[in-house]
Amino acid sequence: MMRHLISAADLTRDDAVQILDTAEEMARVADRPIKKLPTLRGRTICNLFFEDSTRTRISFEAAEKRLSADVINFAAKGSSVSKGESLKDTAQTLEAMGVDAVVIRHGASGAPFRLATSGWIDAPVINAGDGTHQHPTQALLDAFTMRRRLVGRDAGLGQDLAGKRITLVGDVLHSRVARSNVDLLHTLGAEVTLVAPPTLVPVGVETWPCEVSYDLDRVLPKSDAVMMLRVQRERMNAAFFPTEREYSRRYGLDGERMAKMPEHAIVMHPGPMVRGMEITAEVADSDRCTAVEQVANGVSVRMAVLYLLLGGNDSDSAVTHTRTEENK
Amino acid sequence: MDTQQQYGDDARPVLEAPDIARVLTRIAHEIVERAKGADDVVLLGIPTRGVFLARRLAEKLESITGTKIPVGSLDITMYRDDLRMKPARAIGRTEIPGDGIDGRLVVLVDDVLFSGRTIRAALDALGDIGRPRAVQLAVLVDRGHRELPIRADYVGKNLPTSLRETVKVQLAEEDGRDTVLLGARPSA
Repeated sequence: MMRHLISAADLTRDDAVQILDTAEEMARVADRPIKKLPTLRGRTICNLFFEDSTRTRISFEAAEKRLSADVINFAAKGSSVSKGESLKDTAQTLEAMGVDAVVIRHGASGAPFRLATSGWIDAPVINAGDGTHQHPTQALLDAFTMRRRLVGRDAGLGQDLAGKRITLVGDVLHSRVARSNVDLLHTLGAEVTLVAPPTLVPVGVETWPCEVSYDLDRVLPKSDAVMMLRVQRERMNAAFFPTEREYSRRYGLDGERMAKMPEHAIVMHPGPMVRGMEITAEVADSDRCTAVEQVANGVSVRMAVLYLLLGGNDSDSAVTHTRTEENK
Repeated sequence: MDTQQQYGDDARPVLEAPDIARVLTRIAHEIVERAKGADDVVLLGIPTRGVFLARRLAEKLESITGTKIPVGSLDITMYRDDLRMKPARAIGRTEIPGDGIDGRLVVLVDDVLFSGRTIRAALDALGDIGRPRAVQLAVLVDRGHRELPIRADYVGKNLPTSLRETVKVQLAEEDGRDTVLLGARPSA
């Protein structure tokens, strides 16, 4: 297992499957009367959020607290960052306070990588989303949700997503969720298709390990999972499509379109959903939509990542599997 | 793992398949005797090999009492006291039988009792899952060298060992054969 989690592309198939399997065990903790494990007692984790977040921040906090870690929440708003403090100074402040890990969300692509490799801080860094670059734990929780729904909870253990056909629809250009998912799903053996208006397809997409289509209706019948992406207005600095209505008509998912999907196929959404834009309320509230399930799975997956990165000592060696009387 | 490589050439069997079957039968009878019928017994095996032993014990208990005994597994990885001394470990399976453990007699089952730290962790884990009426411990081998005030209620074989020796339990479900090997610890 690596020391940091910066990009979904850094994960090998075995790493990813191990995280998903560990997350399955972590999910069982949620069913207990006491939803807490003592594993990270005495470790301090700082959640460093330079960008707004509801789901991811709360999810990481819940995961950290379930593993008994001490949690420091830092939001850039109302901090010294608004006075002009740099990332370097913030990192060195955290280092001086002795944090054992940093979970960082930043508006600038590459900020977590910089933090992990700059030498400013000597703690594992977990990327909770950086600009339009990566959001690895989101990709992991999506893969976890797909494996559970498409392969099975018990049958999925040790398995990847080989042969599953996954379609990502919408604002791929600005989506770190899409980038992370393409990387991870490819690693796990799935066939990925991106569907988006040509203006929202990134330059260089031909080098990505996936197909690109502009016709949603043609791809839907051949999909095991369809992931709708939010149109990220906050990152848009130009007109990428004529009107919202036209976007919804061509790339939104409504009941009629959902009926074209195979019986077993699921609809996913990383949240937050814009109902009426990329997804109708009818689809969002249907049994086939896993948006709420994805949030629950997010806590289990983040617990697994935190455990695998922080649960042992700092050695880079692989996770041990042997259970003999000698190492009990 | 290559047994020969890990235990040297002098690893000798101290229990063979028939012996293991016999001691498990005896332990099953002892459990029935002490629990006055095993009505409220829940067996929880500690992964990996404790789980197989627990399942075998459950079968034997069923043939003695005629009732089905709930059996599950209890992984203690997350409760270990030495997590920070080694790389992260893969987590095993925890499966608690449907009726839970509240008010039941939980018998923890493991292959080897050594320092007692695994069982200490198991007791912590149990506390987070429920409140049993009582907790007992059944082990296939007790090799001594306890580091905590913990003892087993049911012991398959007391095996006096030196710290320079290793005990390796092999079970058919995991290793293809039933045996307990005692060998010299290979020098690192």
